[in-house]
Amino acid sequence: MITFEHVSKVYPDGTHAVHDLTFDAPTGKLTVLVGPSGCGKTTSLRMVNRLIRPTSGDILLDGESTNGMDEALLRRRIGYVIQHAGLFPHRTVLDNVAATPRLSGASKRQARLIAGELLERVGLPATFASRYPWQLSGGQQQRVGVARALASDPDFMLMDEPFSAVDPVVRSQLQDEFLRLQREIGKTIIMVTHDIDEALKLGDQVAVLRTGGKLAQLATPEELLTAPADAFVADFVGRDRGYRSLGFVAAAPGLVVRSEPSVPIGSSVEDARAATDDDWLLVVDERAHPLGWVEPRTLRAPISFSDLNLSGTVAHRTGTMRHVLDASLSAPSRRGVLVDEDGALVGSVTAAEVVGSLAEIHAAGVTTGGTAS
Amino acid sequence: MIDYLLDPAHWTGSDSIGTLLVQHLIYTGLSLLVAAVIGVPIGLYVGHTGKGTFFIAGVANALRALPTLGLVILLVIVIAPAFASELAFVIPSLIVLVLLAIPPIMTNTYAGVRAVDAAAVDAAVGMGYRPLKVLFAVQVPCALPLILSGFRGATLQVISTATIAAYVSLGGLGRLIIDGRAQNDYDQMLAGAVLVAALALLVDLGIGLIGRFAVSPGLTRRRIRATAAQPVLATTATA
Amino acid sequence: MNLDWIVRESDSILVLLVWHLGLSVVPVVIGLAMALPLGWVAHRSGAFKSVVLGTTGLLYTVPSLALFVMLPSILGTRILDPLNVVVALTVYTVALLVRTVSDGLDSVPVETVQAAQAMGYRTLQRLVSVELPVAVPVIAAGLRVAVVSNVSVVSIAALIGTQQLGLLFTQGAQLRFLTPIIVGIVLCLVLAVVLDGLVVLLARRLTPWTPRAVHA
Ligand SMILES: Nc1ncnc2c1ncn2[C@@H]1O[C@H](COP(=O)(O)OP(=O)(O)O)[C@@H](O)[C@H]1O
Ligand SMILES: [Mg+2]
Repeated sequence: MITFEHVSKVYPDGTHAVHDLTFDAPTGKLTVLVGPSGCGKTTSLRMVNRLIRPTSGDILLDGESTNGMDEALLRRRIGYVIQHAGLFPHRTVLDNVAATPRLSGASKRQARLIAGELLERVGLPATFASRYPWQLSGGQQQRVGVARALASDPDFMLMDEPFSAVDPVVRSQLQDEFLRLQREIGKTIIMVTHDIDEALKLGDQVAVLRTGGKLAQLATPEELLTAPADAFVADFVGRDRGYRSLGFVAAAPGLVVRSEPSVPIGSSVEDARAATDDDWLLVVDERAHPLGWVEPRTLRAPISFSDLNLSGTVAHRTGTMRHVLDASLSAPSRRGVLVDEDGALVGSVTAAEVVGSLAEIHAAGVTTGGTAS
Repeated sequence: MIDYLLDPAHWTGSDSIGTLLVQHLIYTGLSLLVAAVIGVPIGLYVGHTGKGTFFIAGVANALRALPTLGLVILLVIVIAPAFASELAFVIPSLIVLVLLAIPPIMTNTYAGVRAVDAAAVDAAVGMGYRPLKVLFAVQVPCALPLILSGFRGATLQVISTATIAAYVSLGGLGRLIIDGRAQNDYDQMLAGAVLVAALALLVDLGIGLIGRFAVSPGLTRRRIRATAAQPVLATTATA
Repeated sequence: MNLDWIVRESDSILVLLVWHLGLSVVPVVIGLAMALPLGWVAHRSGAFKSVVLGTTGLLYTVPSLALFVMLPSILGTRILDPLNVVVALTVYTVALLVRTVSDGLDSVPVETVQAAQAMGYRTLQRLVSVELPVAVPVIAAGLRVAVVSNVSVVSIAALIGTQQLGLLFTQGAQLRFLTPIIVGIVLCLVLAVVLDGLVVLLARRLTPWTPRAVHA
């Protein structure tokens, strides 16, 4: 556990960056610090490994005050990941990762062995080991940065905007992979971001800071969406929070799923017209995975991929209400397609049915959290 | 000039070409060594701490504008009386050589350390490197290309100025030029000039060669193995 | 310091100063004129770039006194001919400025060049009216180094016997007399500072769009 006890930071020029910050980052959980630019997130984070010294207050690691600890030894217990990775340009990818085990006393061979394993763990092929950082894309560099921080197997991790410098597609991919990794390794993490969506997606708990480094609210992502503490938090969490909070509501077991007519890709025009009376017909592949929608009336030849309308999203039966609702709103037929764990078609629901079921959940007061994504 | 160089008489005796060449190399090596001992630590200190930047820039600019010939002669006249015998000429000249070699070494070391990616340094400190380890395991290796180019500049400056210092009785290849001028022996002057130029080129190539081995391919972006950049691999697909 | 001497010799000092000025400035002008096309070629072509920069880099390593001595046998001039000094300094200036011009052109933002291309500028037109003006700050920085170091290098030619302020140094050495040496050093410094200032002023006139410090 990382404990902030009345921590404040005033820079020599008089800037009050952090004010009387008190909170716990529980063991094995990911705590996100989020807030507008300049609100003191980075300052707070860097006080944990004493890259910045608090003006007053104390930060404890598992109950032990960091004040007066040997700084270098303290830092070796804490993994540290920063925005542009900060890789050592003169060392190969493998030796970059091996740097942290070396610091904790591993032999060169041992360190490289560990580094090799970690590269694999963060999803980098072994061929990357002998490359230099300039030969990597931003996303790949960031993976190496994460591998380096993990290589000494620290109990704690600090991450400052680790995914901000990459494009949105890579970012969401890195986030997903990191969530998966964290489920395996269960580190005690504090992560800083200015992106509320990232905070809600990754955080077990989220600390919203307001300018001047004051804690506005510390809550689970779901609470933040459903019960923002004040106007600042509500505003920061943003519009659509009602809709986004559905991301924390599990798809209700009571949701009535109708069977949805479907034909395999390549079916003839006659088969397609015979399958349904509706304007839209679902097309699946040979494993019954939904592919897209067609309008049987306009078909002139057996169904090919170019006939498909791909606008509809697909929701997992065990996913969240946000996914289910989105599936129903995005499909041209207005019927949301549900699939099972293997991705095979289960059936469909309409938006009205989703909203109806939400009303029931609300009345019953059930709000079990699923994971947002 | 070729005749001059091929004449065996010019390769024997106390002022043979060989002796002059060795003298030239000794002056150069010695001055660079002293200049490095002074300039590198100052450059590292200022680069690592960020203190004294103004001082470094000022010294470098002032020394570029100073006429080296004037400086050599001035210092020899002023300092020489303090030394007895032959040292009277050697020591003041060496002082000038050192003075001229320090700025390029110092400013390049400083600039090299400053130019190191701040994120890499931040990461090193955050990982738990102690200050000296940050300096020698991250900042110096990353600054090496610039530090070496400082040495390159300093070496050329010293070889060139050591030649000039023959005017105030310093040994080395400059003797051939200065004495040749005094005796109106153009062949001897030309021989000296060609030798000095060849020496400068060779030493310069030598430093370039050192750089090729000492500087990490991660910095020069030279490919050592056939690791032709493969297309960016999107690893696990997230559908 | 002997003020009498300065007053007595002021006429001849003035002559040396004028020679020094000419020997410092003329090579910079010629050198710039040669470096512009060469630097442009280096900027345009990758293969040629390493050849041009490599060759000029080698020339730059030749110590000045050696170059002053070698040039007469190459050019067929007499050893005292000021032309040797002009050519030698031109060589150094070109060596320095080719890299600067190439770097300067490299520093022009790609979008600027592409915008000019899209507007229909021809290559030469674009170079003269878009790329070179934008590259002026970088080129001017190189020019400042060239001018200032030329002032210092010219004085070395006194060892051959060429007329310029360096003769004050050799004169002082022969007479063991500090006054001419100090006068020479001071005039060299003043000349360097003045020429450096002129380059800065000129660069400012050529780049009215660049932000500059506000004078209180
Ligand atoms: N070294 C410093 N000296 C003075 N002020 C600083 C320093 N570092 C940050 N600040 C100021 O402290 C405040 C918080 O900065 P920071 O923690 O970096 O914010 P964030 O990471 O939330 O964007 C800002 O107003 C910033 O300008
Ligand atoms: Mg920040």
